[in-house]
Amino acid sequence: MGNKTPLYAAHVEFDGKMVDFGGWDMPLHYGSQVDEHHVVRQDAGMFDVSHMTVVDLRGAGAKAFLSNLLANDIARLKDAGKAMYSCMLQDDGGVIDDLIVYYMTDDWYRMVVNAATRVKDMAWINKQSAAFDVEVTERPELAMIAVQGPSARERAVPLLPEDLREPSSALKPFFAAENGEWFVGRTGYTGEDGFEVVMPEASAASFWKALFDAGVKPCGLGARDTLRLEAGMNLYGSDMDETISPLEAGLNWTVAWEPAERDFIGRKAIEAQKAEGKARKFVGLILQGRGVIRNHQAVNVGDETGEVTSGGFSPTLQASIAFARVPATIGDECTVDIRGKGVPAKVVRPPFVRNGKSCID
Amino acid sequence: MSDIPADLRYTKSHEWVRTEEDGSLTIGITAHAQELLGDLVFVETPEIGAVFAPGDDCTVVESVKAASDVYCPVSGEVTEINEALEDSPQIINEDAYGAGWLFKLQPSDAPEMDELMDADAYQAHVDEEDH
Repeated sequence: MGNKTPLYAAHVEFDGKMVDFGGWDMPLHYGSQVDEHHVVRQDAGMFDVSHMTVVDLRGAGAKAFLSNLLANDIARLKDAGKAMYSCMLQDDGGVIDDLIVYYMTDDWYRMVVNAATRVKDMAWINKQSAAFDVEVTERPELAMIAVQGPSARERAVPLLPEDLREPSSALKPFFAAENGEWFVGRTGYTGEDGFEVVMPEASAASFWKALFDAGVKPCGLGARDTLRLEAGMNLYGSDMDETISPLEAGLNWTVAWEPAERDFIGRKAIEAQKAEGKARKFVGLILQGRGVIRNHQAVNVGDETGEVTSGGFSPTLQASIAFARVPATIGDECTVDIRGKGVPAKVVRPPFVRNGKSCID
Repeated sequence: MSDIPADLRYTKSHEWVRTEEDGSLTIGITAHAQELLGDLVFVETPEIGAVFAPGDDCTVVESVKAASDVYCPVSGEVTEINEALEDSPQIINEDAYGAGWLFKLQPSDAPEMDELMDADAYQAHVDEEDH
């Protein structure tokens, strides 16, 4: 038996096919993963993401702490509510986890880290925070629901606590509003517009039901994975882990090299790697032949070999797509070894899909 | 609970076989199998004329989750494949025992059919696997 979110009973009631995910009993789908995928691209779907770890960082030293902890620069967050994506690195540059951090006030930042990495993340954060004036508080009593899709915001806003409706409607992308107990971020993991809503666990089931009654369809982890893959978003544990630096996971854009004097954990190691030049490159693939690319399949580039880190079928493009870590010499084409056959694939730059539309020519 | 038609024969690996009036066999995967696989997105059917023995992998079905081999229930030669699956593999999810058939086989050893399970035995097999 795994951990259960406050929405477990709702998933069972909605016929969710429950699977273990990082120690949590979570819905893979509620009937059809592909239908759930399309509903998020075309209308509005909701995901229970209560298994994810919410961490509050409070204190005068919170900013200095995050400046040291994160590869992206916390000083970029100047407006209240603004969010930023970053990796948290080991000294050797390997990725401990990827996360979203929100700047709420000068002495309050909120981070959302992955569920499967919770124990090691908290150990690392607590260890690193000892030298700073910051209080680290995990918030397991909070639930989180992601409402995603072109109609998501208009469906969700009337169901929020009254004092959050107007601020939530006014949110720009990658900003959050809060009223203490509830927290609404215009963020997500699908490539569509929408909210991630954090609330007290006691409110989760009624909010879920109200969203359902407003026409928002329950979606499982299966659709969440194909949506994020189409959207060009990395998955921790598949696309990167402690043995991979952000430079080899297509996450260069999340590393703030300037200001040069900011000394974040892992900086020296990835600076050395950058100076050496990259041996491996992180790319997107679209299969040209028939079949489906799967994780860990070999990618052949001339005499050299790379590896698929996330592969699957794109319901929007009706083709198989993937992320792969490949030799830096790769050109526009390669072949993927699918059960012994070399199937041709086109090399592209993710994302594949954004806001319901293909990004691929 | 998945539906298990009484007039078909079944394998432990979740294929079904129907004996047609002309003696040929139609082969597919069961409703239970498609449920386990989830939405199907790709089917690699065998070539017409291919000859299989029982247990040979003869078809690959790929769902959003995984690729899965289909094993030939009995010996024979492939006489026809379901071409509709090339563009619409989800037919298997919608109608596993009807429009979602995979291929037809001319059997070379009719008594092999007796080794397959009937609907009751298959139901018991599914129940057992679920526990």
